Amino acid sequence: MKKANFSRRGVLKTGAVAGAGLMLPTYLRAESHTGFTNAPTGDTVTFGFNVPQTGPDAEEGLDELRAQELAVQHLNGEGDGGMLSTFSQKNLDGTGILGKKVNFVTGDTQTKSDVARAAAQSMIQKDGCIMINGGSSSGVAVAVQGLCQEAGVIFMAGLTHSNDTTGKDRKANGFRHFFNAYMSAAALAPVLEKAYGTDRQAYHLTADYTWGWTQQESMAAATEAMGWTTTQNVLTPVGAGDFSSYIAPVLNSGADILVLNHYGGDMVNSLTQAVQFGLKGKQINGKDFQIIVPLYSELMAKGAGSNIEGVYGSMNWNWQLQDDATKAFVKSFGEKYGFPPSNAAHTCYVQTLLYADAVTRAGSFNPCAVVEALEDFEFDGMGNGPTTYRGSDHQCFKDVLVMEGTASASGNANMVGYDTLKIVEQTPRAQVEYPEDHPMFAGGALGDCNPGA
Amino acid sequence: MDAIILQILNGLDKGSAYALIALGLTLIFGTLGVVNFAHGALFMIGAFCAVTMQRLLTLSHTVIDPSQTDFLGNPLQTKVPYLASIIGADGAQALIAWAVPLSIILVIPVMLFVGWAIERGLIKHFYKRPHADQILVTFGLAIVLQEIIRAVYGANPIQSPAPPMFSGSIDLGQYLGFQANAIVYPIWRLVYFGFSTLIIGAVFAFLQFTTFGMVVRAGMADRETVGMLGIDIDKRFTLMFGLAAAVAGLAGAMYAPIVSPNYHMGMDFLVLSFVVVVVGGMGSLPGAVFAGFLLGILQGFASMNEVKAILPGIDQIVIYLVAIIILLTRPRGLMGRVGVMED
Repeated sequence: MKKANFSRRGVLKTGAVAGAGLMLPTYLRAESHTGFTNAPTGDTVTFGFNVPQTGPDAEEGLDELRAQELAVQHLNGEGDGGMLSTFSQKNLDGTGILGKKVNFVTGDTQTKSDVARAAAQSMIQKDGCIMINGGSSSGVAVAVQGLCQEAGVIFMAGLTHSNDTTGKDRKANGFRHFFNAYMSAAALAPVLEKAYGTDRQAYHLTADYTWGWTQQESMAAATEAMGWTTTQNVLTPVGAGDFSSYIAPVLNSGADILVLNHYGGDMVNSLTQAVQFGLKGKQINGKDFQIIVPLYSELMAKGAGSNIEGVYGSMNWNWQLQDDATKAFVKSFGEKYGFPPSNAAHTCYVQTLLYADAVTRAGSFNPCAVVEALEDFEFDGMGNGPTTYRGSDHQCFKDVLVMEGTASASGNANMVGYDTLKIVEQTPRAQVEYPEDHPMFAGGALGDCNPGA
Repeated sequence: MDAIILQILNGLDKGSAYALIALGLTLIFGTLGVVNFAHGALFMIGAFCAVTMQRLLTLSHTVIDPSQTDFLGNPLQTKVPYLASIIGADGAQALIAWAVPLSIILVIPVMLFVGWAIERGLIKHFYKRPHADQILVTFGLAIVLQEIIRAVYGANPIQSPAPPMFSGSIDLGQYLGFQANAIVYPIWRLVYFGFSTLIIGAVFAFLQFTTFGMVVRAGMADRETVGMLGIDIDKRFTLMFGLAAAVAGLAGAMYAPIVSPNYHMGMDFLVLSFVVVVVGGMGSLPGAVFAGFLLGILQGFASMNEVKAILPGIDQIVIYLVAIIILLTRPRGLMGRVGVMED
């Protein structure tokens, strides 16, 4: 017969420890850095930067990587600190995160969902990454976000603009700082109304994937609300190269506006070819024919050259903003690399700092602690004005920039794409906000945060 | 009617590129018996010859302008083309604007050399190997070539505009009795069609009316007999590889204003061009040209909104659908010769 080893003192001690444990917030129970995926154990912590390093979006990916490397340097106390000095939170002091030096590894998404998932998986499993950041496509972002949710690490999205990323495909472990298609349309509509009036016929060419669909839906809804008619929406294959078959019928369709829901190389080609077909400047319905590109990037502007002159679009951020945070980041990036940062670079830089700050505030790398720290987090000093990470969908809400293509201001060939986009309006955040249950974002749920192992 | 004419024009334009690439593929297959999956990459290299010509003409030296500042507040460094110092700013500007047509003088020697180097350095070792080996090695070569271009020129598409006098569009409808804006078409695409027709005609004339061409045609028909007559047919076939590369390169260079050159543009054309060759008939030069234009026009029609409303997605599959139908009804393709790839 075994003798029970209970004592009054032992029961009291065990009860006290268990009670204290239960009273602590969920995330602090992971303070010992166990119980979640890739809990850092040494004096370093590793980030995974998953960007397109080859493939059609490689230039944008490499620009993201430059910004991510800069963010790591600033977190580790190297360089001039960039936006650390302007960030409204002052928890990051250049000594790493929670005393651990930040390392990083990189993956190549090739802008392919399966490749991006494999790269992220490798960085999580082999390199022990605690957070994945970057990307240049919504298809990739949705795929990697899903993987991070399953693996129990945080995904700080890079350039992803589809409504679905924080709509039907939202995940508790995923966060998007970049704006979305709905916000682009909401910001553009008043500017377009002012420039082109309320009686317009719009013809849409739309990239046939998640981003294109939601961009078209958002633009059609916003422009129809101000009186425009959508005459046709034609889906085009991604990477078509020659869009002549799709552009040729536009002039005879009765439309006087062409909306190019294309991004990257597709936008460069479709816009160039639309200009070659003489659409810009033609008189249709007694009005000047106009072209709109809802989402701009500096590299697209560079590729399209002078064809973007007079073409409206939108951006998440632009290096020409005059706030202190933007100035600090542009100086830091520009001195290191010799040219201004793109808005893809900016969002990756900010996301890296936001993650680091969230960990510091939470006092833990536990993904659930980070999620809690980021949800409904309000901050400033990152170049976008006062910003909120909404808790219900993990989407950042902030001002949106309406841009117009223009002739190069400096005449400097190296600045084409950077100074050929002019900020027309900084649309206030209130104008682009939408309710949590907006139909364009319906069909998904964050679910519970997953700390992994 | 105007929509149909527009799509015929689009088809002729796309078909021009298909026909030129398929012509080169058929030349190589007909002479050397090699299935060259690197041919799309040769088209892409041609397009980058246009980019290179643009860069050569805009080679610049840096001038510091203390009266202006850059985005960091430092004195502005302005790049001034060397050409402007030699012939003046206006002359340089005019010459730079003609970079694409001028690139032809760069494309021909570069592509002849590239073709020769590929044939002598790699492909000749695979003549007696199965077609599967040839496909693998040439496909690998295509990837290597495109990655080299990506490393040198980057992954972004690079604008290569047509000369100003050809960069606008023309209202063809007015000449054909249609109302204004009914058939508006880019001038450069019409130039491209004309240029392609010229090149195709020149290749056929070369093969038909020169002694060299006669020997090559004889070699294509019966290689052994030509060899027994004491003619070094291998040397001539090597030159034909160079010629096929030059044709692909010219097609690519002149295509640069239509689709901004990017390192993977060759792959976009490769598969379609192979389908063109198969539909036209393996080894048949007229078949390749005819099939190129035919499939280009069919693709144009399939892209019409009226057609897609009835058959969604037809524009993406029409070429393959036609290829299946033709191969089922005419297994040798439209103009295929007996005995080619039938052993």
